[in-house]
Amino acid sequence: MTSSSRELILDRIRAALRDAPIVGEVPREYRPAGTDSADLDVLIDRLVDYKAEVYRVSAGEVAATAARLAGEGGAVLVPPGLPMEWRPEGALTDDGLAPDRIASAGAVLTAAAVAVAETGTIVLDASPDQGRRIITLLPDVHVCVLRPDQVVASVPDAIARLDPRRPLTWISGPSATSDIELNRVEGVHGPRHLHVLILDS
Amino acid sequence: MTTFLGMPATAPRGVGHLRGDQPFPRAAHDALGNSQLRRNLRHATTTIRGKSGRVIAELPDWQRLRDAGSAIKADVMSRLPDLLVQLESRVTEAGGVVHWAADANEANRIVTDLVRQTGSERVIKVKSMATQEIGLNEALEDGGITPVETDLAELIVQLGDDKPSHILVPAIHRNRSEIREIFLRAMPGVDPFLSDDPPALAAAARRYLRETFLSTSVAVSGANFAIAETGTLGVVESEGNGRMCLTLPDTLITVMGIEKVLPTWRDLEVFLQLLPRASTGERMNPYTTMWTGVTPGDGPQNFHLVLLDNGRSAVLADTVGRQALHCIRCSACLNVCPVYERTGGHAYGSVYPGPIGAVLSPQLTGIEDNASLPYASSLCGACFDACPVKIDIPSMLVHLRNKAPHSPAERAAMAAAAYTMSRPRLYASAQRAVKMARIAGRRGRGLPPPLSGWTAGRDLPEFPKQTFRDWWAQR
Repeated sequence: MTSSSRELILDRIRAALRDAPIVGEVPREYRPAGTDSADLDVLIDRLVDYKAEVYRVSAGEVAATAARLAGEGGAVLVPPGLPMEWRPEGALTDDGLAPDRIASAGAVLTAAAVAVAETGTIVLDASPDQGRRIITLLPDVHVCVLRPDQVVASVPDAIARLDPRRPLTWISGPSATSDIELNRVEGVHGPRHLHVLILDS
Repeated sequence: MTTFLGMPATAPRGVGHLRGDQPFPRAAHDALGNSQLRRNLRHATTTIRGKSGRVIAELPDWQRLRDAGSAIKADVMSRLPDLLVQLESRVTEAGGVVHWAADANEANRIVTDLVRQTGSERVIKVKSMATQEIGLNEALEDGGITPVETDLAELIVQLGDDKPSHILVPAIHRNRSEIREIFLRAMPGVDPFLSDDPPALAAAARRYLRETFLSTSVAVSGANFAIAETGTLGVVESEGNGRMCLTLPDTLITVMGIEKVLPTWRDLEVFLQLLPRASTGERMNPYTTMWTGVTPGDGPQNFHLVLLDNGRSAVLADTVGRQALHCIRCSACLNVCPVYERTGGHAYGSVYPGPIGAVLSPQLTGIEDNASLPYASSLCGACFDACPVKIDIPSMLVHLRNKAPHSPAERAAMAAAAYTMSRPRLYASAQRAVKMARIAGRRGRGLPPPLSGWTAGRDLPEFPKQTFRDWWAQR
C-alpha cells in the first residue's frame, strides 16, 4: 500500500511540474559564516534579555557555582564525559538513570557545543560532556558552561560548525510561552532556570 | 469526482479541517458581532507586530535573507521528487522508516496503525498544522487512542472543546481570564484558587502534563523542515513540550507535508533567522530540536516519518498558485491582516486562516469548496510585505478569484458592464440612469435582488451629483 502511494505521489508531483519551471541560482547575499567576529558582550546582553543568568567564572569555580545553583540538598546531575575539574563533590553521573531520578536532581551541569551571540542561543550536540538529551530536559535548573572559543557571531557561523548527524538542541533562554495574549512568559515544561557560566579565556 | 491515477489531486472531502460549515462572509458576519473576540485579537496582533518589527530591525540583511528564503523554496518546488527520494534514503539509512500518504485518510490510517502496533492507548502530541489539517485527533479517537495536545495553546483549545484560530497561537482568541475559566472547568486536579496571571496559568499546564509526558510511550509531531542532504528533521518551539515529545517516548511518528523539505543543511542558516523573527518576534525561539533518524541510547528508538500529499500536488500544478507551498507557517501575514484582525481565524473555516489560508485552503480542496476565501481580503498587500519568504499573496488572491465560480447574475452584470463601457454613447446614457437611481434615493440600502448579494459585503458608493463628462462639457 505505502509503496504504491509513494509512486502515486511522485507521479502526481512530476505531472504537476510538467511546465518544468526554471529557477535561478539562490542569491546568498546575506552575511555568510565568517562575516563578523563573535562578541561576548552581545551574547551576554541577549542571554540576559531572554532571562538566562550569566556568570563569568574560572574553570576552578565551576563546581562550587553549580553546587550553589542546585540549591540546598539538591544533587547536581552531570553527563559521564564532563571534565573532572568541573564536577561538584557528590555529583550524580548519568549512567542511564531512570527519568524520575533525572527529574529529582536539583540541577544539571553540562558543557555546550556552540553559542550564537546575535541570538543568545546555546546549542547542545549530545557529546559526552553534554550527555543524553533527557538530562537537560527534566531538571528545573540547567547550568551550562561555555568556553569563549565556542561563541560564534551568527546563525550561519553555528550551522557551519555543527554536525547535523548528532541530535541537536538549540536553547535560547529558559522554557517560555507566548500563548497567552502573545506575551512571553518564562517557565513551562523545560528547565525554568538557565544559568550560563562563561569561562575566563 | 474521479481522478486519473498519477494526476495531481485535491484533498478529499469528509475528513480533516480544510473546509468550513459556512462561507466566509456569513461566518465573518457572526464573528464581527463578538466584541470580546475583536478586543483579544487587536491586543494580541498589535503586541506581536511590535515585537517582530523590533527584532527584524536588528538584522542589517533581513531583505537579503528574504530573497534567499524565497529562492530556496522555489528551487525546492522545481525538483521536489528528487529531494523527497533523497530525504527518504537518508532517513532510512539513519534508522527511520518513511511512509507516503496520498491523502488525509491514508495518513490517519498509517499513524493509527503505527500507534496500535506499539500497544499504547495514548499519544502525546506536539503542535502540528499537518495533523490538524488531516483531523488526526478525531481519527485516533475513533481508533480508541487518546491524543493529548501538549502545546499550551492547543491544550487550551482541546480542554475548551474549541477550534484553533491562528497558526502559531491557536488560542489567540482567548484572553487570560477565559483561559483560567477553561482550566478551572476542564483540567483535572487543577488548583481551584488558580489566578489568571499568565505565569500561574503556564505553571498549571506544567503540573498537569508532567506525569503524562513521563508515562506515554508514543509521540506524534509535525516538522518545520527536513533536510534532504542529511535526513535531519527539525521542530521549532517555545515551551519544552516539543523536547519532551521528541525525547522521552520510545516511538516518534512525524507527519510532514511534502513541501517542507529543504535541499541542504546550510539552507537552515536562512530559515532559522527568518522564522523566529517573523513568527513570535524573537531573535530565536526558546527551543529547537533537530534529529536524524535514530540515535542509539538517546531519544526515541523507533522513528517514523509520514510524507503527506493531501492536495499539495494540486497546488503545485498551478503555476501561479504553487507559491502558496513556500509558506513556513510563521503566521506573520495573519498578524498584519486587517481582515484577520477583525474576523479572527474561525471565520475562514480551515485550519489555515488569514491571508495564506485564503490562498492555500482553496487550492488544497479545489476552489469549489472554498470559493469565498479568495475574497476574504481587501488586497491591501500588507501580507506580501510581512512574508519572510516573499509570497505574493495579493496576486494569488486575484488569480484565484478568476478561477472561482461566479453566479449567473454576477456574470450577467459584469458582461453587461463590459458591453456598456466599450460603447461611449451607451455608457453616457447609463450614467444618466445612475443619476435617476440616486434621485430615487436607494443610497445606503444596497442593490435590489438579484444583485443584493454583491452589496451585502460592500458599501455601495455614493454617486456624485455630476459626472466627469457633464463637468467637462460645461466648462
